[in-house]
Amino acid sequence: MADDRPSQPGLAATLSLPAIAAVSLGFLLPVLWLARMSVNPTEPGGVLREGWTANQYVELFTDSFYAELTLASLQMSATATLCALLVGYPIALFLYRLESRWKTLLVLLAICPLLVSGVVRAYGWIVILGDAGWINSMLRGAGLIDRPIRLVNNHIGVTIGLTESLLPYMTLSLLAGLGRLDRGLEEAARTLGASPLRTFLRITLPLSLPAVVLGSTICFMLAVSAFVTPRLLGGGRVLLLATEIYEQALVTLNWPLAAAIAMALLALFSVVLVASGRLQRRVAE
Amino acid sequence: MSRVGTVAARIGIALLYVFILAPIVLVFAISFSGDNFIAFPPKTWGVRWYVALFAHEGFARGFRVSLTLASIVVALDLLVGVPAAYAIARLRFPGRDALLAFLTAPLLLPTIVLGLAMLLVFYPLRLAATYPGLVIAHMAVTLPFVVRIVATALSTLPGDIEDAAATLGASPATVFRRITLPLMLPGVVAASALAFILSFDEVVISLFVVGPRLSTLPVELFRYVEGRTDPMVAALSTVLILATVSAVLIVERSVGVMRALGR
Repeated sequence: MADDRPSQPGLAATLSLPAIAAVSLGFLLPVLWLARMSVNPTEPGGVLREGWTANQYVELFTDSFYAELTLASLQMSATATLCALLVGYPIALFLYRLESRWKTLLVLLAICPLLVSGVVRAYGWIVILGDAGWINSMLRGAGLIDRPIRLVNNHIGVTIGLTESLLPYMTLSLLAGLGRLDRGLEEAARTLGASPLRTFLRITLPLSLPAVVLGSTICFMLAVSAFVTPRLLGGGRVLLLATEIYEQALVTLNWPLAAAIAMALLALFSVVLVASGRLQRRVAE
Repeated sequence: MSRVGTVAARIGIALLYVFILAPIVLVFAISFSGDNFIAFPPKTWGVRWYVALFAHEGFARGFRVSLTLASIVVALDLLVGVPAAYAIARLRFPGRDALLAFLTAPLLLPTIVLGLAMLLVFYPLRLAATYPGLVIAHMAVTLPFVVRIVATALSTLPGDIEDAAATLGASPATVFRRITLPLMLPGVVAASALAFILSFDEVVISLFVVGPRLSTLPVELFRYVEGRTDPMVAALSTVLILATVSAVLIVERSVGVMRALGR
C-alpha cells in the first residue's frame, strides 16, 4: 500500500510525549545514574561520596573472586541452555508434527511455566528436590538410600530450576523456526528412501539450526540475568553475578560496587549478543 | 517409524511434560498438606494452611498493595501507552521506528540491573518504598508490552473503515470514538490483562524498591520462601495460579495468548 498520508510529526509528538516521559523516568534516567554510580568512590563504613574513581572496576578485574563469579555465571547459563535445548527440541519437534485437536492444549501446557511466578516454581522444585521432597522419599521408600541426597541449595537444584524456567522460551523459538520449514523437503527425502534418522540429520536438523541459535541466545541471556531461581534454589550457596549484585546492593550496601558489577553484566550481555548475531549469520548461509 | 520406536518416543515426550508440569502440580498437591513442614507425600492432609493463609497479616497487606499497584499501573499504562501506540501504528512521522525502539527498550535490560538502577535513582529522590516509585518501576516493564500489543492490533486492522467514516463526514474525534476504539478493544483488553499479570507477579525489580512499610505480595512470598519452608506458600501459590489462569482465559477469549505474547 502506498503511504499517501500526510506526515504529522506534531500530533505524533503530542500523543507519544507521556509515554516517552514515563520511559525516560523509569528506564533512561536510572540507567544513566547506574553508570555514574559505578565510578563513585566509597568511604570506609559505606558512606557515599560524589566523585570519580575507577576503584570498583579495578577490583572487578583484579580480584579473582569476580573472575570465578563470571565463570560460574557463564558455566551455569551454558549448562541450563544446553539442557533446555535437549528437552525443548524433542517437544518442539513433537508439537510441530502433531496433527490433533489437542495440539493447542499441548502447546499451552508446554509453555505454561511462563504464566506461573518464578518464586512459585522455585518453591515447587523445593517440594520435589528437598530433603523430605518427592524424589528423596521415593528413593527412601524403595530402600535405595538411608540419608537424603542433597538436590537443592547447590548447583544441581539451580540447574534443574533454571532449565525448566528457560524451557518455554526455547520451545517457542524452536516451534517458530520449525513452522517456517518446508514439509515437502522431509517428504521428498523419505520418498527417495532416506531413513527417518537420516532425514532428521540431513534435512530437519540443519534447517532448524537458525532457530536453535536464536532460542539458545534468548535462553542464555535470560539465564545470565536470572536471579530468583539461583537465589531460592541455591540457598545462598550458589554465587553468580546476578546474586552478587543483589548481595552488594541490599545486604553489604556497597552501591558503587553493585553498579560496577551490573555494568559488567551488561557488557557481557552485549558480547553475547554480538557473538550470537555473527553465529546466526553464519548458520543462515 | 517402527511401532516400538513410536511408543518409546511417546513415553519420552510424556516424561518431558512431567518435568515441565511437576513443580506446578506438586505445589497444588502439597497445599492440602496438614504437616508442619514440606514433606512429599504429606503424612496428613487438610486445609489448615489455607486457613492460616487468610489469617496471615503480611500476605493480606501484600495482596492489597499488589492489587492496588497493578490497577494503577494498568490505568496509567493505557493512558500513556494507547496514544503512543496509535501514533506509531496510524500516523506518519520521522523517527517512528526509533520511538518504538525507545519505548520497548526497558525489555532489553535484565530486571536485576533495572531494579538496582531504580534503587539508586529512587533513593535520593525519596521515591523508594512509595507508591509513585513502585508505579514508575512497574510501568517501565509493562508499558513496552502495552505499546507493542496495541500498536500491533491497530496495524492489523484495515484503515478502510476509518477512511469511509471520514469520507462520509465524521469528524476525526467521532471516527476514533465510534470506529477505531471499538476495533482496537480486544488488543487493549489483552494488553491490560498482560500488564496486570506482569505487575502483579513482578518480583525482582520490586525487591529493590520496596521497603518495610510498603511491600508487594510477590516480595513477601519471596522472603517467606527464602526464610521458611512450610506448606503455606503452596496454599498461596495455588490461589495465585488460579487467579492467573482466570486472567489468561480472559486474554485467550479476546485475542489469543500467542498473539498477546507478540509471536
